[in-house]
Amino acid sequence: MKMVKSAAVLGLACLANSAMADDALTVYSYRQAFLVEPILEQFTQDTGIKVNVVFAKDGIAERIAREGRLSPADVVLTSDFSRLIELVEKDLVSPVNNEVINSNIPEVYRSPKNEWYALTMRVRNVYSSKDRTGKVDINYEDLAKPEYKGKICTRSGKHPYNVALVASMIAHHGEADTKTWLEGVKANLARKPQGNDRDQVLAVKEGMCDFAIGNSYYYGNMMMDENQKSWAEAVYINFPNQDNRGAHINVSGMALAKFSPNKDNAIKLMEFLTSNVAQQAYADVNMEYPVKADVKPSKLVASWGEFKADSLPIYKLAENHQAAVKLLDEVKFDL
Amino acid sequence: MILGLTRSWSLAGYSIAAVIILPLIALIVQAAFPDEAVFSHLFDTVLPTYIANSLLLMLLVAMGSLLIAVPAAWFVARCEFPGRRYFQWLLLLPLAMPAYIVAYVYTDMLDYAGPVQRALRAAFQWSSPHDYYFPAIRSLGGAAIMLSLVLFPYIYLLARTAFMEQSSSLLHASRIMGCSPWRSFWRLALPMSRPALAVGVALVAMETAADYATVSYFAVPTLTTAVYDTWLGYGSLTAAAKLSAIMLLVIFTLVGFERFARRKQELFQKQSALNDSDRYCLIGFKALGAWFYCSTLLFLAFLLPFIVLTGYAIEYFEQSWDERFWQYSWNSLYIAVVVSGICLLLALILMFVRRVSPRTTDSLPSRLSSTGYALPGTVLAIGVLVPLTYLDFAINDVYDWFGARGPGLVFTGSAIAIVFAFTVRFLAIAIGSLENSYKRISPSLDMASITMGQTPKQLLMRVHLPLLRKGLLAGALLVFIESMKELPAALLLRPIGFENLATYVFQFVSDEKLEHGALAAIVIVFVGLIPLIYLNRSLEHTS
Amino acid sequence: MSTLTIENVFSDYQGQVILNGLDLTLQQGEIVALLGPSGCGKTTLLRAIAGLQPISQGSIKINGDVLSSDNVFIPSEQRGVGMIFQDYALFPHLTVADNILFGVKGLNKAERQSRLDEMLELVKLTGLSQRYPHELSGGQQQRVSIARALAYQPQLLLLDEPFSNIDAQVRNEMMLEIRSILKQRNVSAVFVTHSKDEAFVFADKLALFKEGCIIQHGLAEELYAQPTDRYVAEFLGAGNYLPVTVNSCMEVSSPIGVLQSSASINYPVDYQGQLLLRPQQVELVADEQGLAVIVERRFLGTVCHYWVKVEEHCLEVRSQLLQLSPGQKVNLFAPAHPLVIF
Repeated sequence: MKMVKSAAVLGLACLANSAMADDALTVYSYRQAFLVEPILEQFTQDTGIKVNVVFAKDGIAERIAREGRLSPADVVLTSDFSRLIELVEKDLVSPVNNEVINSNIPEVYRSPKNEWYALTMRVRNVYSSKDRTGKVDINYEDLAKPEYKGKICTRSGKHPYNVALVASMIAHHGEADTKTWLEGVKANLARKPQGNDRDQVLAVKEGMCDFAIGNSYYYGNMMMDENQKSWAEAVYINFPNQDNRGAHINVSGMALAKFSPNKDNAIKLMEFLTSNVAQQAYADVNMEYPVKADVKPSKLVASWGEFKADSLPIYKLAENHQAAVKLLDEVKFDL
Repeated sequence: MILGLTRSWSLAGYSIAAVIILPLIALIVQAAFPDEAVFSHLFDTVLPTYIANSLLLMLLVAMGSLLIAVPAAWFVARCEFPGRRYFQWLLLLPLAMPAYIVAYVYTDMLDYAGPVQRALRAAFQWSSPHDYYFPAIRSLGGAAIMLSLVLFPYIYLLARTAFMEQSSSLLHASRIMGCSPWRSFWRLALPMSRPALAVGVALVAMETAADYATVSYFAVPTLTTAVYDTWLGYGSLTAAAKLSAIMLLVIFTLVGFERFARRKQELFQKQSALNDSDRYCLIGFKALGAWFYCSTLLFLAFLLPFIVLTGYAIEYFEQSWDERFWQYSWNSLYIAVVVSGICLLLALILMFVRRVSPRTTDSLPSRLSSTGYALPGTVLAIGVLVPLTYLDFAINDVYDWFGARGPGLVFTGSAIAIVFAFTVRFLAIAIGSLENSYKRISPSLDMASITMGQTPKQLLMRVHLPLLRKGLLAGALLVFIESMKELPAALLLRPIGFENLATYVFQFVSDEKLEHGALAAIVIVFVGLIPLIYLNRSLEHTS
Repeated sequence: MSTLTIENVFSDYQGQVILNGLDLTLQQGEIVALLGPSGCGKTTLLRAIAGLQPISQGSIKINGDVLSSDNVFIPSEQRGVGMIFQDYALFPHLTVADNILFGVKGLNKAERQSRLDEMLELVKLTGLSQRYPHELSGGQQQRVSIARALAYQPQLLLLDEPFSNIDAQVRNEMMLEIRSILKQRNVSAVFVTHSKDEAFVFADKLALFKEGCIIQHGLAEELYAQPTDRYVAEFLGAGNYLPVTVNSCMEVSSPIGVLQSSASINYPVDYQGQLLLRPQQVELVADEQGLAVIVERRFLGTVCHYWVKVEEHCLEVRSQLLQLSPGQKVNLFAPAHPLVIF
């Protein structure tokens, strides 16, 4: 029995060992491996600082909050803006006042207190069927009109991309009007919200619906994917609200963890991520719009043409984020 | 009973029980905290729908499984038709199939872009979804069907045993009194197997309530997904704990119902086994019908998904057979092995104390330690994290106090959290297995050995251990399999960046590309087949 | 010196008194049967002696050493008592040899082997040492359990209904065989049974149980002939009861006439009581003028069993006379013997 017990203790000790942190940087990332890993490798090559990156789809903020002052996280990379807000709201970030970063990233794309920085931008587009509707000039507001009944597909309303869109609607129109709008959009859905942005494009191709709401970079990524190219080719990409305030932009971003054990190196990494090299990589690998002014989008993305972006500063969305989530629950958008 | 048993054995039992029920207590305490209006917001908006969905789903799955399982059990137990002997165990195979994998395969096949609807459109020249009606697979009903397909074997197994153990003289009596097979099924067999069916229904409903992956994949919001979303989405542990408490209420009601039904079941079951000659011999169309029913069921619930999965695995073998596959298989394996070992050891101590202790209250620890099985993975995860986080901070505080650098997140930052959660959840299986084995050891063996001068430890090592070997093996095996399959707890508790086979496969499922994870999924299915073979062999032995 | 001394033992279980102030002593080499109906506490006493059941009061000693008392409790494993169980309790995972040697300690290999051989020879199982219990017949298993208990060299052997699972045909033979083994080795034993026949065959002395007490303890014939209590009388065999009036210390008058006692009667003159007459203590004489009449007859081979009616009393009589038939008038006699009156 003693032997069994000591074996068990030994086993647990081994398990525990794997948790011990070393001096390398730890990055918690919502962004996927294929995108982030090459950029981080480049950083390690340039600086000799090792980076351990761990990926998760959910719950990073919750985890950092729970880990508190013991958290090994140095930098958090998010795929959307609401995750950044969440980190700030939970007081999990520490402001960075770094000249390099500040000069690389325009003011509208970072928090006023430098608690977070956007790294890339994407447009929340409306895709339309090539066969059935052709290219359209459309506003987000139009999606609630009765003529679109049964023609719209989207992913879960609670997905951060949609939450951000709703938050921008609230910023422009107020809560009451946005609620009416959401109810209208919900009534126009061809099916219950499900899948990801690519699935919506596929649904348009298959004739399930005529319009799909989706981020711009998915369009580019589908074009590059052998299996999915035909999906993307079945739709047009339309930048909404071009005649008025401009298309809604959502961003991916980064923040410095409040209890980062290695702040100096962490800031070095953040500097690197705003540099031309990293920005170009984002643009080329994932078809996103770089936030650094002098970095050009990829050729494919550029071929979609110029567009007018909503000038609402990203941080303004923060104020309406909670309200957006609540509205989505109130109208039971996903149910 | 050993009158002189020292208190240290009882103490060991109570200590184990205290650790095992810690998550449950933590959860209840956490749920009692006031939260930041998240819960009341949920309650005003979506929660009623979540609860309704959960209950409706449980009801539908229970009914679906009953409808599927009872005829199959009747055919196999009471009729003779070609292939009966094989169907007897083949119909257990679906248990090895995780529901979300079956759901994925059927969605792929039946949704708008799938081959079935494409073929229909081509055949009838329909061009858009407005031209025809096709039931939505990603729906509550769809989830109910998928879950029924993989959960029906629970009811099948219990119903089969009940039908077989009904005394053959009753059957003879009803035959002599002119009851046709059909009538004796309705008037005799079904009413007598009601308690067994009730046990099965309760088990199925509990599994349904605990399911996370299928409903999450189908975007059917239930209490389980609500717990997950509230915790990670709203970031409110307290609201999630409140939701969990609601869920526990449902689950413990089911547990109570199950216990009640089980006690009744014992009244109806007789020892006399059914002879082969007592079966209705089906011929012609009837035999074909029974055969067709059983094979269709087997095909839909197991073969088809399995074939599709194998197809994927072969097609994407090159991409799947990589370092990560090995790494994650290893993660699954060693966690399952460690958990089985721990569960076995704890169960052995608990059951030994319960058996030999002269103090009647010493049966309490083993009973308390069995409650963990009722906690769905998502709920359990909350219960595990709360105390472990507290512990982590306490340890680091101690280090700080001595001015040393703390070891960091020893428990929550490592696989220990998963191991602990799995142990809490699956200890009941090991306990149950040992309990059954212990029942077969005559108490006079204990008395014989202690009157011959053996200490309690010697009794355990020289007499119990060798005689419990089979039970230990069965228990370890079942815990091992469950640990390989368990998804939601692993999903929530894994150290960041840690994957095992289940989380890896589910990752692919939720990214809509199971093809790449098919190899890993097949490993899970194969591992799940082992206990079924074992289970079936032990069943054949008894009958 | 007595092997086993039990004094004023009480035991209760879940609020129910099972042993109620019980006394018993056992001499070296003696076999005592604890006899009584099921639920009377005899198995509980056996377990209390083995230390498997707590006692709440009183003391149990072996050879003067206290095993259980108000402030002493020697654990079972240190008591040195052997026990034989109703289901034999053979370890199914061990061979006959391993079973027999299970409790043997402190011997080297050769000594163990010779102990084993000795035991196997004693119970006539030589050559079966490598068998497993399930490969043996019921009687063989029983003998293994005896060998196992004796190999342990206990100071006292406890037997808990050891013959109840043995076929009736071989039971008697088995009991005599084991009895002779115990006698041969001068083992003291306590034997629990609910069958008086087993007790008569196997034991030297009987202790009759009633509701947690021993109501009579002594040689079998003593208990049979001189029961102190109607319960004892009835438990040990059939009997007739006739109302009698004591005439003098040597004589009573009864419905079948005046009866003489060969021992003095402990009741005063004119005391009215019930006289116990065993069926074989009554004799029949055919008599056309007789007071009694044969009601029913059953032929049992060497004897006949008659039911005879005298006034309103019906008596069972066992008689060597085989030719009487129902309806016939008879007279009844009871030869002088120590009369038992309650």
